[in-house]
Amino acid sequence: MPRNKEIKKVLVIGSGPIVIGQAAEFDYAGTQACRSLKEEGIEVVLLNSNPATIMTDKDIADRVYIEPLTAEVVEQLILKERPDSVLPTLGGQAALNLAMELEESGFLKRNNVRLIGTTSETIKKAEDRLEFKTTMEKIGEPCAASLVVENVEDGLRFAEKIGYPVVLRPAYTLGGSGGGIAHDRGQMIEILENGLRLSRVGQVLVERCIAGWKEIEYEVMRDSKGNCITVCNMENIDPVGVHTGDSIVVAPSQTLGDKEYQMLRTSALNIISELNITGGCNVQYALHPETFEYCVIEVNPRVSRSSALASKATGYPIAKVAAKIALGYTLDEIKNAVTKKTYASFEPMLDYCVVKIPRLPFDKFISAKRTLTTQMKATGEVMSICDNFEGALMKAIRSLEQHVDSLMSYDFSHLKGEDLLEELKVVDDRRIWKIAEAIRQGISYEAIHEATKIDLWFIDKIAILVEMEQKLQNEPLNAETLKEAKRMEFPDTVIAGLTGNTERQIHDMRHEYGIRAAYKMVDTCAAEFAAETPYYYSVYGSENEVEQTSGKKKVLVLGSGPIRIGQGIEFDFCSVHCTWAFAKEGYETIIVNNNPETVSTDFDIADKLYFEPLTPEDVESIVDLEHPDGAVVQFGGQTAIKLTESLMKMGVPILGTSAENVDAAEDRELFDKILEECQIPRPTGGTVYTAEEAKEVANRLGYPVLVRPSYVLGGQGMQIAIGDHDIEEFIGIINRIAQDHPILVDKYLMGKEIEVDAVCDGTDILIPGIMEHIERAGIHSGDSISVYPAKSISEKTKKTIEEYTRRLARALHVIGLINIQFIVCGEEVYVIEVNPRSSRTVPYISKVTGIPIVPLASRVIMGHTIRELGYTPGLQPEAEYFAIKMPVFSFEKIRDADISLGPEMKSTGECLGIAKTFDEALYKAFLGAGIKLPKHKNMILTVRDEDKEEAVQIGRRFADIGYRIFATRGTARALENGGVKVIAVNKIEQESPNLMDLILGHKIDLVIDTPPQGADRAKDGFVIRRSAIETGVNVLTAIDTAEALITSLENTDIKKLTLIDIAEI
Amino acid sequence: MKAFLILEDGTVFSGTSIGSTRDMISEIVFNTSMTGYLEVLTDPSYAGQAVVMTYPLIGNYGITPDMESKKAWPDGYIVRELSRIPSNFRCEGTIQDFLKEQDIPGIAGVDTRALTKLLREKGTMNGMITTNESFDLEEILPKLRAYEVGDVVSEVTCKEVSVQKGDGPKVALMDFGAKNNIIRSLHKRGCEVTVYPADTPAEVIINSNPDGIMLSNGPGDPASLTTIIQEIKQLYNSDIPIFAICLGHQLMALANGAKTYKLKYGHRGGNHPVKDLSNGRVYISSQNHGYAVDASTMDPAIAKEAFINVNDGTNEGLVYEGKKIFTVQFHPEACPGPQDSGYLFDRFMDMMKGA
Repeated sequence: MPRNKEIKKVLVIGSGPIVIGQAAEFDYAGTQACRSLKEEGIEVVLLNSNPATIMTDKDIADRVYIEPLTAEVVEQLILKERPDSVLPTLGGQAALNLAMELEESGFLKRNNVRLIGTTSETIKKAEDRLEFKTTMEKIGEPCAASLVVENVEDGLRFAEKIGYPVVLRPAYTLGGSGGGIAHDRGQMIEILENGLRLSRVGQVLVERCIAGWKEIEYEVMRDSKGNCITVCNMENIDPVGVHTGDSIVVAPSQTLGDKEYQMLRTSALNIISELNITGGCNVQYALHPETFEYCVIEVNPRVSRSSALASKATGYPIAKVAAKIALGYTLDEIKNAVTKKTYASFEPMLDYCVVKIPRLPFDKFISAKRTLTTQMKATGEVMSICDNFEGALMKAIRSLEQHVDSLMSYDFSHLKGEDLLEELKVVDDRRIWKIAEAIRQGISYEAIHEATKIDLWFIDKIAILVEMEQKLQNEPLNAETLKEAKRMEFPDTVIAGLTGNTERQIHDMRHEYGIRAAYKMVDTCAAEFAAETPYYYSVYGSENEVEQTSGKKKVLVLGSGPIRIGQGIEFDFCSVHCTWAFAKEGYETIIVNNNPETVSTDFDIADKLYFEPLTPEDVESIVDLEHPDGAVVQFGGQTAIKLTESLMKMGVPILGTSAENVDAAEDRELFDKILEECQIPRPTGGTVYTAEEAKEVANRLGYPVLVRPSYVLGGQGMQIAIGDHDIEEFIGIINRIAQDHPILVDKYLMGKEIEVDAVCDGTDILIPGIMEHIERAGIHSGDSISVYPAKSISEKTKKTIEEYTRRLARALHVIGLINIQFIVCGEEVYVIEVNPRSSRTVPYISKVTGIPIVPLASRVIMGHTIRELGYTPGLQPEAEYFAIKMPVFSFEKIRDADISLGPEMKSTGECLGIAKTFDEALYKAFLGAGIKLPKHKNMILTVRDEDKEEAVQIGRRFADIGYRIFATRGTARALENGGVKVIAVNKIEQESPNLMDLILGHKIDLVIDTPPQGADRAKDGFVIRRSAIETGVNVLTAIDTAEALITSLENTDIKKLTLIDIAEI
Repeated sequence: MKAFLILEDGTVFSGTSIGSTRDMISEIVFNTSMTGYLEVLTDPSYAGQAVVMTYPLIGNYGITPDMESKKAWPDGYIVRELSRIPSNFRCEGTIQDFLKEQDIPGIAGVDTRALTKLLREKGTMNGMITTNESFDLEEILPKLRAYEVGDVVSEVTCKEVSVQKGDGPKVALMDFGAKNNIIRSLHKRGCEVTVYPADTPAEVIINSNPDGIMLSNGPGDPASLTTIIQEIKQLYNSDIPIFAICLGHQLMALANGAKTYKLKYGHRGGNHPVKDLSNGRVYISSQNHGYAVDASTMDPAIAKEAFINVNDGTNEGLVYEGKKIFTVQFHPEACPGPQDSGYLFDRFMDMMKGA
């Protein structure tokens, strides 16, 4: 069926800020879909509140709106742009929910707008628990015994009938928010109450517990003619009970026979047909490990995280095909973009094995429980490809960038026998390391299986790796063993450690014996057809397939690895734009990355894609083959920067700012010297290695001081210390992670935090704009609300900032991007941090100023000057818009994580508020971040002593707009003295009624709790903050954020938002 | 023990011996299925060929009861890696032991992707698996080039007539190397299935008065089966409803004057899209064939193309004019592979009931 010609203008809805459960995969899907729509000559209107995405580029869509994702905004946008269709299946649950809301209200119908890609009936059938169950029953597809409940009593009655444990799944939530397994009545009440509240429709599914069954997923595509195919199936190594986003997943399934495989495949096709889905869909199954019994766990009638993974695992572009299907094409009319010979109506055949490991944020949330449940906690993931499972697992492990490179990276040898088995019953992110330890201790496969329910096949694979460790350790190393170890992808460093050699010796030995990585193609068809745009993965012991290419100059672009707190999608944005810029200048581009959720790992972004870990050894193997003319490291975040030194040793020229100058910015002593030469003040401080030295420096400077390791990402390990006790604790934590670099101790200055990104060509600089943080210094820049243009600093200060930026960029010989953070106290400007690389604010500032920073920087790196490129150097004139970047957190997903903000970054994503006035921009930013106020107009205020004065002002303003304020004694007294009406309540450790009763009473909209500085901050008020977050109450922990919020609330009479087309800036 | 795979173009792959250690010479073909290695091994259509599995991890779930015939048929078996342990609730043994019991020579540790690319580029080749480390290429290559698959149907067909009782229509199944699931698919629908040896004269079949005739899959070059083709022409003339799969499809076409030809490297796997030309629907099918019918050589007054392969446009099915006969190149009985085209058995049932 050719495409529907009535479709001319399509509104694509994105997924909004990155949160746990809804991450970069939707930028990948959305970008691919938009490109696919534009290919067909369709005018694309894009709506997404997330400015860090590639999909919100004017290169990707015709009209781009970075506005809050609310029904009102979509309605207003439809009236303004008059699209004929809305495509809601590529923006995750967020977009799907919005589309449902508009469909149900009749808005779409009234305005003659059709939903394409799916119908509301389909969404309802798949998403509404009851309708889904009825539909499954109708076609004879089994679901676990379950009941949808709308109150706790019904839930308890049903659970007692089917017996504990039971699984609880709230309807319409992302990443399984608020779900869990209840083993008894107490847990049941707790989880169910929470789930009912989090569900958009107040429904929770109570279900027979099938924990321990195999969890299998199928990605299915279907067109309007009813043709369907499965793209891929995947097997979770962790059995049912852990969210698939937190499981280690392998593709294709490894332990299913053809009978089981086809049984579930047929079921998936029946389901997609019955749901009448046109596009992509994901079906999750629980399969009994000892019978053919299975249950359908869930169906997602849209592209998902799993479909992004399946796309990258197979080469089948699900989002692109889904977009074409939405336009009316059938699968047999859509070309297979990889082979360019066959069509989309086939099933990919893999001749390799894919392993995905989630990237969990426990390194950021030290206090959080590492236990994995049906509630997803991962912020990102890595994928690896190899021709054997062992190798794929080893590559995925070292791709995580969590100081792990083998199954020996966590030491559990202190746990013995029974204790270890007991530990194995708990699913957490380190379970495969515990299994390895169990094997080392000689515990039987059966016992391990009994404790973990993990299939024996996977346990044996882990055992094979352990046996290799032992062989390397105990036997003399010969060519044969080395070859076998490399086949399993043991890194040289690990082999060196086990055999008592140096890494160099192993490297040389490999080369002597000709043991080198070869590269194979992902071609969707197991080599049955020749492929045009394949991508590559490494294997040992095979023939190399990469074709030696062209006389073009080659550039190697290093990606940023898995999405984690502190290094998110923004670096993928930068890597992709850099690649495009180099391609435009005629370079052959090569990307190395391992993140399946991103645009950069799409097969048609660079000329060549290597899906590989980003370690020096893995990169060197690629360099040995490709001999690039240069490498770009400044766009891939810390991941790429860390490879600089190794690349230079390999003889690869670093394009842009040199390695010595990157080092100079990070090396305290060198940097101090440069600042001195430039006559730029910085907070006084010192470089230390031990707690003793740190205390000495701190006392010399006077508390409070800022303590942090050098070479950090997202402020990891950065803390404010107010006394010697804090120093001891912090240094202890820092040193828990292997630390090659010194620790910095600086005087903590309380001032305004200012940030700039600039491009420097060695002579001139270009500053697109100056950003100001709403929160005072002390809160990580990634967690602060950032305002462009800076509105509370003087022209003189702006000049100073421009001048300092110029001096620093020149002194560091920056070629490309530089990011500088300043503190402004009065008219004094101090430099606190310099990163000679791209930063998290680059995408946002590019979009609001209309200056394409990354392409510009890339061309400067290629040798052009700023003037040559048509720009006037210096600070650019301010845009006519205020643009406010608002951090978004995922605290409700991580049990026991402390949510109070500080120098360590905790946000997972961001959204933008853009408007002509500051107030409207701020209002939009809060709206985009999902802070929906007011509901009950009750709030709790409890602040540290330093904030009391400001708290009075803020309290008054809340009272003025009708809030009832509850406060603990100290804060209450301050408010009363200030003449603000307040109700004093007991602290939680005091008798009822206290703060906890208020929170659990579900009548509170907002908690403002500013904890004191220092190590104790984590403990004080921790329970209040956690309880509030877990019951869905908004919590603010900085007084400046509270001030911004009340300003925004005072402006809620802004009824009609002005929608701004970014593409016109 | 070391083993070698020697191809007729002189390429040598080395690896580890699996299964039998005896030498074997055969035609080397590749199969892209990711599951179903046991079904592949026991598919009689592989008689006279050695199979390369493109999926690198084989034997993960061991040997289960999912046999498509009583024994393994390929002359040889070529894999990247055999699983050290099998794991499945129905597992009855390891693939290593199975290959030994069945006396199938094999080789593991081969770069199967490189081998597949070679077969794709140069076309299906003959090859040898040997454990003799001091093999002499000069001596071996002429032997490889001379190898011909020969008459394998007579090896795989049943020796005697057998009956699977049922209450429904009576089906006469011509066994050219039938997979068990053809019988199961008919029996499941209530048919009484009588299985006849391949050389059974048409007269015998027609006289048994079946409600329908099923022509099975099977190995080898269809055009070489001249006697059988003549018998099939008589079946064609009989007015009894006929459904044919794979080799049966090719034989019916040959019996009606069309030609068959050898494909460069065949279709073997579980992901081939076939389009039903009557309604434009596409189904993912299980396939295993090295020869195809040249549809342009078929007199359109006799039969029309019913299915084509979406990838390469080759013929995948014919429907005969004025006859209750339809034939397909792919495998609606699946095993291994997708079950999407199982509805064709229902179509055959309808045809028989209408008779």
